[in-house]
Amino acid sequence: MGQTVSARSSKAISGGVHTSRQHDSAHKHVTGAAEYIDDMMVPAGTLHGYLGLSERAHATIKSMDLEAVRAAPGVVDVLTAADVPHNDISPSHLDDEPVLTDGYCDFYGQPLFAVIAETREAARNATQLAKIDYEDREYKIDVVEAMEADYPHVTKPLKLENGDVGAALETAANRISSEMRIGGQDHFYLEGHIAMAVPGEDDEVTIYSSTQHPSEVQHMVSHALNAPSNAVTVNARRMGGGFGGKETQGNQFAAIAAIAAKRHNRAVKIRPDRDDDMIATGKRHDFHMSFDVGFDNEGRIEALEAVFAARCGFSADLSGPVTDRALFHTDNCYYLPNVLLTSRPMKTNTVSNTAFRGFGGPQGMLGGERVIEEIAYALGKDPLEIRKINFYGENDRNVTPYHQTVEDNIIERIVGELEGSSDYQARRKSIIEFNKTSPVIRRGISLTPVKFGISFTATWYNQAGSLVHVYQDGSIHLNHGGTEMGQGLNTKVAQVVADEFQVDLETIRITATSTGKVPNTSATAASSGSDLNGMAAANACEQIKTRLVAFACEHYGVPEDQVAFVPNHVQVGNQLIPFPDFIKQAYMARIQLSAAGFYKTPKIHWDRDKGQGRPFFYFAYGAAVSEVSIDTLTGEYHVDRVDILHDVGKSLNPAIDLGQVQGAFIQGMGWLTTEELWWDDNGRLRTHAPSTYKIPLASDRPKEFNVQLATWSTNKERTIRRSKAVGEPPFMLANSVLEALSMATASVADYRICPRLDAPATPERILLAVERLKKG
Amino acid sequence: MPTAVRNELRFILNSEVVHLQNVSPTLTLLDYLRLQRLLTGTKEGCAEGDCGACTVLVGRIGPKGLVYESVNACIRFMASLDACHIVTVEHLADVNGQLHPVQQAMVDFHGSQCGFCTPGIVMSLYGLWLETPKADAERIEKTLQGNLCRCTGYEAILNAAEAVGQTGNGKDKLVVTHEEISAKLAELKDGSRVEINSPEGSSIVPATANDLADVLENNPDATVVAGSTDVGLWVTKHMRDISPAVFIGNLVDLQTIEEDDAGITIGAGVTFTDAFEAISRSIPTMGDLWDRIGGEQVRNMGTVGGNIANGSPIGDTPPPFIALGASVTLQKGSATRTIDLEDFFIDYGKQDREPGDFVRALHIPKLPDGDKFAVYKISKRRDEDISAVCAAFRVRLDGAGNVENARFAFGGMAATPKRASAVEKALIGKPWAEAEIDRAMALFDQDFTPLTDWRASAEYRMLATKNLLKRFFLETQGDSVQVVRHTKTLAGA
Repeated sequence: MGQTVSARSSKAISGGVHTSRQHDSAHKHVTGAAEYIDDMMVPAGTLHGYLGLSERAHATIKSMDLEAVRAAPGVVDVLTAADVPHNDISPSHLDDEPVLTDGYCDFYGQPLFAVIAETREAARNATQLAKIDYEDREYKIDVVEAMEADYPHVTKPLKLENGDVGAALETAANRISSEMRIGGQDHFYLEGHIAMAVPGEDDEVTIYSSTQHPSEVQHMVSHALNAPSNAVTVNARRMGGGFGGKETQGNQFAAIAAIAAKRHNRAVKIRPDRDDDMIATGKRHDFHMSFDVGFDNEGRIEALEAVFAARCGFSADLSGPVTDRALFHTDNCYYLPNVLLTSRPMKTNTVSNTAFRGFGGPQGMLGGERVIEEIAYALGKDPLEIRKINFYGENDRNVTPYHQTVEDNIIERIVGELEGSSDYQARRKSIIEFNKTSPVIRRGISLTPVKFGISFTATWYNQAGSLVHVYQDGSIHLNHGGTEMGQGLNTKVAQVVADEFQVDLETIRITATSTGKVPNTSATAASSGSDLNGMAAANACEQIKTRLVAFACEHYGVPEDQVAFVPNHVQVGNQLIPFPDFIKQAYMARIQLSAAGFYKTPKIHWDRDKGQGRPFFYFAYGAAVSEVSIDTLTGEYHVDRVDILHDVGKSLNPAIDLGQVQGAFIQGMGWLTTEELWWDDNGRLRTHAPSTYKIPLASDRPKEFNVQLATWSTNKERTIRRSKAVGEPPFMLANSVLEALSMATASVADYRICPRLDAPATPERILLAVERLKKG
Repeated sequence: MPTAVRNELRFILNSEVVHLQNVSPTLTLLDYLRLQRLLTGTKEGCAEGDCGACTVLVGRIGPKGLVYESVNACIRFMASLDACHIVTVEHLADVNGQLHPVQQAMVDFHGSQCGFCTPGIVMSLYGLWLETPKADAERIEKTLQGNLCRCTGYEAILNAAEAVGQTGNGKDKLVVTHEEISAKLAELKDGSRVEINSPEGSSIVPATANDLADVLENNPDATVVAGSTDVGLWVTKHMRDISPAVFIGNLVDLQTIEEDDAGITIGAGVTFTDAFEAISRSIPTMGDLWDRIGGEQVRNMGTVGGNIANGSPIGDTPPPFIALGASVTLQKGSATRTIDLEDFFIDYGKQDREPGDFVRALHIPKLPDGDKFAVYKISKRRDEDISAVCAAFRVRLDGAGNVENARFAFGGMAATPKRASAVEKALIGKPWAEAEIDRAMALFDQDFTPLTDWRASAEYRMLATKNLLKRFFLETQGDSVQVVRHTKTLAGA
């Protein structure tokens, strides 16, 4: 029984925390064996659904003639609002979002009816046969037009206030008012929305959904069906990308599939075409930001007043917390002694905008960086100089507009190291020289920092559960409430479990997220997946380990400190027992080898009405230097080089974190450059497929791309193995691209004028700005 | 002699010879793989040939024998695959589950995150590796123009692609079976016309170009499908009925490229990929344009003839070809006629093409010695995007440095590809000098009234067009005035 300690191998486990490991599904990804919902074997008799969408931006629907749809070959059923038991899937619980709209439409592309047919093709073809009689109503697509027309807010605005902004603006040596438009963004997850519902006994239904939030799909389906939550089970093994687009937007498809499945007692699958996915589901919010800033002659900000108005679309969805987060990140790394920030979540006749990586934070931060840029151009200084003198202090000047003290500030070190490693100063000098003698091609460089607050601002969301089983053979089954969308969450959580038990990663089986295994979960969002679920999984492991230690003490008659989990073994006194053998012994002794883990983030609290509290457990930091070239004849440009230094605390998996940083940067770059949402005069989105909506390609990557993790960083707070969240923060590193483009543009007027580039900075916007600046 | 007729498709899918009857003309390769064969490794991301998640390889006997090329299964119709070898991601790993070197590199370098684009990327890189095992970054980027990844930022994928270049392809399955498959495909390509009538409509695959002429005489309203990079979307996006559909992608007698002192004659069925070498070698700057038409999968399928025949005002080949004075040969029955390409485009959606006509060939006269020529494409994203403006400039100077002749043609500026006659006229006889250029630029306002749409505003289109004349002028003066990703000799001028 067992080996002696001296015989023990000192070899560490494979795949423990802080090591680079492949994504757990990498092998399946490259062979095509990874199963997405549309790849699953379907039950016999599965039906297919397809949505019929409105073709007006705002109208009363006088009649819907669906006779031809019903009569089309293969059609089994056509659902309208009347067929929905409880026609509401509003995630904000404001009852403002129907499953199928009833008698009106609020945007071009709103689901009016659902065709259920024997095949997807039959359902899709039949949707074309509907005759809808609309009576048009006034509509507003644009956020500024909506404000001018006194459109309502979709949810209550937020105000963040500190100091006396009015007085400080009055007395400031310098003052600038300006505005900026910041575009939205489509998620363009490669796998579009999809749901399959399989009916069960009584009121039961099982849903397979491409969702970041299985619990919400469960609640929405049960709500729509008028059934209790315990009748609905939602499973999600993996998504082909989410980025926030599958936090609430999958509810509709799941609800319709479930309703149809229960009506016909057959499985129903719904998968919209890419165009319908882009037209009928929400995106990143576009913003209009206006501000008034007061600053001294060095560029130190004395007061900032800003209003962030967002195109929210027809309903609230997540627009409340999204616009809140914009305000939470306007300060970025900068101390604002007197500040008043206001959000205006505007209703518009467009699809209801939703979560997208950064969740309003990028728009708020970009607006804040525009303030810095304006000051720099006004004073004729390098924007980096303005940034540095406004950085939060470590011991003073460290209170945010929401009255949280920044306790873990490392931005000076990050920026200092990056400034050196990227040779920023020398390159900036040489670019300025280059521009003097280059009539057509101009270059620009910018260093921008990031500080991003980690935690859901809805404090109750900061909880997570897990379920860990150790089987008799020592193999381990891991389940938790987080969802896998490519970010490597399952890999990281499995590494935590491997580390807890000190077994090789291969011992852990990762299983599909299911509301039947871990209940009442939060969305996998806000970058919180590893923080929350890693902790919950560790907690389950600790419970089992506690029982195992007690068993060992009793069984072997040793004190607790004589029992240790060592690589693939349990050490008891001077004996080394292989983990599976030890587990078998524990089983025979009737030890419970399963546990449900739980975690809730400590320290956080938030009073939205007062605009005060500690909404964030900690902050993640980073900085990037981007260098670009523009063609002043056409506005075309190229990103020549990017250097990044990013803080992930003590990384759980450096390879995965590096991939997150690289991917987030490129996605952010797309948002600020080529990704443009364009509506026509009828309020119809015309950029609704990759032919018209242009996300970055491999050939858009910076020609030179140097990405480093700040390996010295460790989380000051007690997070899972002192790591930090990584999903969202690096997205905003791309702000440096916009500002580098801005500098190249500014060169045509000798850097005297802030170019005020709106985002996205398409070649068109660059050229029109060049022309504007040339005219002075 | 009447052409033999066969009523089934014959092709090889991975290792299996398939005979398929009763095929709808609109059945796509992607739906066939996923719905009928349950080969779900190939994904649908967009159903319009832009994202590459559905990338598979198709082996076909072309002018150079058996070649394997990446294609978009989502817009490729089954009826176009007669006598082809379809290779899907399921074919790569060996029977013991040992990963293919391309797959292993993608795993080793963390090239997948969500994994949905991954099979398509693996297939694109596999196609590249078969063709050019040791590809450089520029070639890899070109290969991946038609593959979108939303997670990784591509860096890890590029690292994987470069690393796999360390492994030779000599032992690869498709290399080893090359002769065997070639022989099998030759056997399947039995010289018959294929005619398939299904409840959803009929498909005809003519045996030869002359057979095509016969087929079209009898079916003047048939939809002619070459690369299906456009017609594919009529089906997947607009749910149009294309029956009867005539598939011409495998007519090797439409795939000829002839070069002589007069210029190049390109058969209407030549793909962009097959035309690249001749076009890029003989016409300055055209290689750069060519590399920006669609993604690699689209260039492997799409034909030069199709880009002309569909009459789009934003196709990228008409402006340069018009500037070069190209002509197009149309065939109806056994009769052919040749007209100036410029005259082929009559109005939006209207070409000089009668029922039963098909585009047979395109003739591009040799650029006379001394003529300066360049083509420029302006788009929101550099690669795999549709032009906001495509501008082609050709100018001939006399001994005194005055403009003897000018042909400037544009896409995206009018309802058809169109010349800027006022600008040309203003410059002819004038010195080729900046002041004259600046004066002439204003005259574009007389030539064009562009539209505002999602690709660009009217204001931008006009401004960019004017400035592109300036760019052309500066380049003829030897100035380097373009933003370049990969340094190479900018031909032209």
